[in-house]
Amino acid sequence: MNQSVSSPAASAQDVRAHPAHIEYVLRLGDSALILGQRLAEWCGHGPMLEEDIALTNVSLDLVGQARLLLAHAGQLEGLGRDEDALAFLRDEGHFRNWTIVELPHGDGRHDDYAFTIVRNLMVAALMVPWWTALAQSSDTTLAAIGGKSVKEAQAHLRHASQWTVRFGDGTVVSHARAQAALERLWPYANEWWQTDAIEQHAAQAGIGPLAADLRAAWDATLDAVLAEATLKRPATTGFISQGKAGQHSEHLGYVLAEMQSLARKHPGATW
Amino acid sequence: MSLVADPLLEQVHALAGAVPDPEIPVVTLSDLGILRSVTREHEQIVVTLTPTYTGCPATEVIRDDVQRALMQAGLHGVQVRLTLSPPWTTDWISIAGRAKLRDYGIAPPARAAQAQQAQVLQFVSREQWRAGAVPKQVDTPPADTLAKTEGPACPQCGAVQVECVSEYGSTPCKALYRCLKCREPFDYFKPY
Repeated sequence: MNQSVSSPAASAQDVRAHPAHIEYVLRLGDSALILGQRLAEWCGHGPMLEEDIALTNVSLDLVGQARLLLAHAGQLEGLGRDEDALAFLRDEGHFRNWTIVELPHGDGRHDDYAFTIVRNLMVAALMVPWWTALAQSSDTTLAAIGGKSVKEAQAHLRHASQWTVRFGDGTVVSHARAQAALERLWPYANEWWQTDAIEQHAAQAGIGPLAADLRAAWDATLDAVLAEATLKRPATTGFISQGKAGQHSEHLGYVLAEMQSLARKHPGATW
Repeated sequence: MSLVADPLLEQVHALAGAVPDPEIPVVTLSDLGILRSVTREHEQIVVTLTPTYTGCPATEVIRDDVQRALMQAGLHGVQVRLTLSPPWTTDWISIAGRAKLRDYGIAPPARAAQAQQAQVLQFVSREQWRAGAVPKQVDTPPADTLAKTEGPACPQCGAVQVECVSEYGSTPCKALYRCLKCREPFDYFKPY
C-alpha cells in the first residue's frame, strides 16, 4: 500500500537518495523490525520469567533500531512516508527483511526456544561487525544509528551465546534441539553472503559494508560459540533465500497480519 | 558558543539538568549524562539530549519533562532536540550519579569500554566461584582511581561475590544480580 503524499516543494527532501541507498537502509530496518516482532511473540510465553523479560528487552532494542532506520529510509525516499507508514502500510512484497528473521520459532506447531536462541546468535554475530562498519558510513545518520546499535547488538550476542552454550553443552535433549535448530537455520545465512547490485552500490558509495565481507568475522564468532557449546557446524548448502529482494517465505504474511492489523483498523490513531 | 558566560544558558542548563529520570527518579538528567548541551542558535535556545537505548520508552517522556520544567520556570520557546551521536555511554554517569544509584539499591555500571568485549561464556561451579575462580566474561576491575567503586558489587553489603540471575532486568538498562553473601537480589546498571 503506497501512500502518495507529496513532500513540500523546494525542501531538502526533494533531493531523492539513490534507490539502492534506500533499499539498503530498508533491508536493515525491516530485518530489525521483523525479528523484533518475532521475539515479542514470546512476551508472556517465555520459558522462564527472566528469559521472557530478556527477549522482550532484545525485541525493544530491535524495534528501536527499526524505528530509526525506517524513519531514515522515509526521509531518503522523500515521499512523506514516516516509520509508521513504512512498518504498517506496506504489504509483504514490499518488505526487504532477510528470510531468516521471519521464520516461526521452530517447526510452526511447537515453539522451540533453541530455535529462537540460535537465530538470535546468527543474527547478532552478523550485526556486531555490521553496525561497527556502519559507524563509519558516509551517510551520517546511518553512522549515528550504527554507533548506537552496536552496543545493543553486543548485548544480544552475549545473551544468545550464553544460552547456546547452555543448550549445546546441557542435556541430551537440549543439545539435540540446539543442533536441530542450527541445521534448520544454517541454509538461511546464504542470503547474507550473496552480494547483489544494491549492496555493491552501498559499498562503493561508502554507505555500508557488503555482508559477504563480514563473513570471516561471523564465522569466527560462530565457530567459537559452537565449539564451547559442543555443537557441530552444519555443512553449507546451495539454498539461497530471497527475502532481501522482497520474495518471502509463507510465514511473513502471518507476521504482518498480526503486526499491522491494529494500525490499519485505526489509521492515524495515537495514544 | 561564546566563551563569555551566558546567564540564561546557565539557567536553562541548571533547570534541564535537574529534571529527574522518569524510571530512576533519584538521578537527574545531568547525573546520567544525557543532557549534552545548551546552546543559542540565532536567538533560539536549543537543549540537546541523547537517548540511552534506541528503544528506550523513557526518551520521549524525558523530552516532554524538560520542556515542562522550562515552561514552569517561564522559559517558553526553548527547542529540545535529540541527538544519537556521539552515542550515550554509562561512562558519562557522574560520580554523584553513581553514588545516588548505589544508595538507591542499584549497583552502578563498570566501565563500558572494558565490559563491551563480547565473549563466549565460560562456566565455573559455584564452589569454584566461591574459591575465587573467575569466569572469563567477568571484567577484571580497571586499574584507575574509579576501580574501587566499580563493578557489580552488592549495594546492600558491598560484597563482590555476586551472581548474575538475568542479563535483563526491570528496565532495558539493568541486569538482575544476587549477592552471595547477604543473599539480597539487586539491580545492576549494565555498562553500555
